[in-house]
Amino acid sequence: MGIRFSHYDPEGFYDELYEEKGQPRPGSALLLRKFASLPEGELQKRQQAAERVILNMGMTFGVYGSADGHEQIFPFDIVPRIVSATDWEHIESGLRQRMRALNLFIDDVYHDQKILKNGVIPNDLIYSSKGFLQPCMGLHPPHGIWCHIAGIDLVRISDGRYYVLEDNMRCPSGVAYVLEARQVMKRTFPELFDAYRVRPVDGYPSQLLDTLRHLSDLPDPTVVILTPGIYNSAYYEHSLLAQKMGMELVEANDLVVVDGSVHMRTTKRLQRVDVIYRRINDDYLDPLAFRRDSVLGVPGLMESYKRGRVALANAPGTGVSDDKAIYAYIPKIINYYLAEEPILPNVPTYICSDTGDRTYVLEHLDQLVVKATNEAGGYGMMIGPHASKQERADCARRIEADPRNYIAQPTLALSRVPTLVEDHLEGRHVDLRPYVLYGREVYVLPGGMTRVALRKGSLVVNSSQGGGNKDTWVLS
Amino acid sequence: MLSRVASSIYWLNRYIERAENYARFMEVNLNLSLDLPRGTTEQWEPLVATTGDHERFTGRYGKATRETVIQFLLADATNSNSILSCLLAARENARTVREVISTEMWEQVNRFYLMVRDGVSKGLSSKTLHTFLTDVKANSHLFLGITDATMSHGEGWHFARLGRLLERADKTSRILDVKYFMLLPTVAEVGTPFDIIQWSALLKSASALEMYCKQHGRISPNTVAEFLILNPNFPRAIRYCLIKAEDSLHAIVGSESDRHSNLAEKRLGRLRSEMDYADMADILSAGLHEFFDDFQLKLNRTDDAIYETFFALRPVEGNMQKEKVQ
Repeated sequence: MGIRFSHYDPEGFYDELYEEKGQPRPGSALLLRKFASLPEGELQKRQQAAERVILNMGMTFGVYGSADGHEQIFPFDIVPRIVSATDWEHIESGLRQRMRALNLFIDDVYHDQKILKNGVIPNDLIYSSKGFLQPCMGLHPPHGIWCHIAGIDLVRISDGRYYVLEDNMRCPSGVAYVLEARQVMKRTFPELFDAYRVRPVDGYPSQLLDTLRHLSDLPDPTVVILTPGIYNSAYYEHSLLAQKMGMELVEANDLVVVDGSVHMRTTKRLQRVDVIYRRINDDYLDPLAFRRDSVLGVPGLMESYKRGRVALANAPGTGVSDDKAIYAYIPKIINYYLAEEPILPNVPTYICSDTGDRTYVLEHLDQLVVKATNEAGGYGMMIGPHASKQERADCARRIEADPRNYIAQPTLALSRVPTLVEDHLEGRHVDLRPYVLYGREVYVLPGGMTRVALRKGSLVVNSSQGGGNKDTWVLS
Repeated sequence: MLSRVASSIYWLNRYIERAENYARFMEVNLNLSLDLPRGTTEQWEPLVATTGDHERFTGRYGKATRETVIQFLLADATNSNSILSCLLAARENARTVREVISTEMWEQVNRFYLMVRDGVSKGLSSKTLHTFLTDVKANSHLFLGITDATMSHGEGWHFARLGRLLERADKTSRILDVKYFMLLPTVAEVGTPFDIIQWSALLKSASALEMYCKQHGRISPNTVAEFLILNPNFPRAIRYCLIKAEDSLHAIVGSESDRHSNLAEKRLGRLRSEMDYADMADILSAGLHEFFDDFQLKLNRTDDAIYETFFALRPVEGNMQKEKVQ
């Protein structure tokens, strides 16, 4: 007698595995039958086994200020999220559309600014965006592509539709957890992979490598990953990708610009670098170009980039497209550049720099989620219904002091996935971050990072704030 | 290979080897203590002296007892050379080069670290200490084996071997020094059963007892010292370490074995050839302890030269200005 699944209750939320209480969705019936047939305690044993695998793999994320090597083991739940082939087809086409439109948008912003001239987006919204970089005006990245690697956060709500929650067009992280979660699941439930036809995710590193090599005209370019170093919370991912792509993982100190070209310092000589997959923010790329006070970065890198001596992925300046206030205009952006309707809708968004919106937001703070326009990782976020009176008042003050820096969205009833809690399953809220690459064509990894808010009732899925991870199975 | 990466691989291996040798230090002292005649007090202070961290120890613990010394050498996170610190440092270094080493190597460093961390946090009694020290050695050997079996024997591997062997040469000299400090043999004691027991304990701690016996049979202080210093075939002997380290250095540089093209090769080559032409009579007449002092100093200079030659990130003469004017 294993876990009693008849007790599991979606409680009115959209559940990714159940249509309603006692009624699994077609794609998950097999999984749930299998779970139900496991002997008492077996699921917990497998959960523990998975955690041991994760510990021995050293699969961690950095947390600042912890004494023990700065790391925490990534929390992982062994009940996967299952995405049907039809749903995935829809997601994939929506993401392709968005990736193309956003790249056209960025290119336009840094050249002719037709979209501003035509009055689709207010001028000052662009110029006040922290992600807009004046030094990038007029630059021509290879093939006109600015954002090569994106992670686009989707949520599904009670109506069963997927919405885009945010676009991460700068240095999206998390793909390593997608690759490793799958390894862990294969070790934990080999028999399920025999029974299911789950689309593999292992092709990502080679797709990424192709995308990066596409940035150079050379037959065999030297491609490196630039990391801030082991204290960065995503360092694990940087090294994993470097390992899987067989390229050097460099820190800024390893690079030097000599005679206008970027080189890395090796034990024997300086070696020319052609393409840099940089995982450091625009601000810290080059102290000569952006932050003169910064000791980080590679002096002269931007100049070399401008001259086309080295390619950067993503290109500096892509942050203008994932500014959370500009996000509200993305449906219009898609329409403007592609003359298409957005396949994946946006979440309704109130822009606090707009007087009418701001008034509404300030009056409905207890119902809304407020986000800083230029932050990621759940930082600077206020969830109205869960916040204290004091927190809401503080938030209101911050909005009034700097309205451009805030947007608000309705609190969404995120879909849930059954999650192992002690000896039984309970629904927990999830989101989904698929990964999109833009090289010769747009590629969408069939899978993604399903983040789960492990705390009961919580809507915050960020790993720094009590979130965990699940494997995402896209069925073929 | 990136200078930073080469440096991390070098230090990764030095730290693993250091942890292993600290386990050997403690083991030799534990073994020697067990055999002490009744009424003699255990000598733990010399052990600290041989590590070169004597001042730090006294400042922190004062008196050297079995507990304080073991705490200091094994579990003290503020002692950058304790076994715990070595594993932490080894793992940090491994993390910075994960893309260069094999997954199996990384997982072994990680497991090794977790084993030490858990052992330390559980607390080690005299009952569990022996097993723990044995596990430290076994984990180090496992890492070495995995490295040999899963990493291409190219530049990175040679930096690994270079680091490991230089560390080992240094520590073998210090293990021999433990015995020297432990008991300055009076002429009357040399060759007594007690003296023999001590020397064989020392051989055991260097995993050298069987190999020594095969070659020499009888245990005598001079031949034991000779075996651990000058034997060209025993992998923990100082001379062996220097010969193979030099091979790796030449492989890294790509130079012929009897030439030198940089300071590191020059210093290591000179030190190795001193061992080639040394004999025990010379060493003993100069004094064993003095010999080790001199050796350790020269080894440190070799390490400095390796740093200067391969790892140091010197400013590069670039010409951005000229480029901008054009």
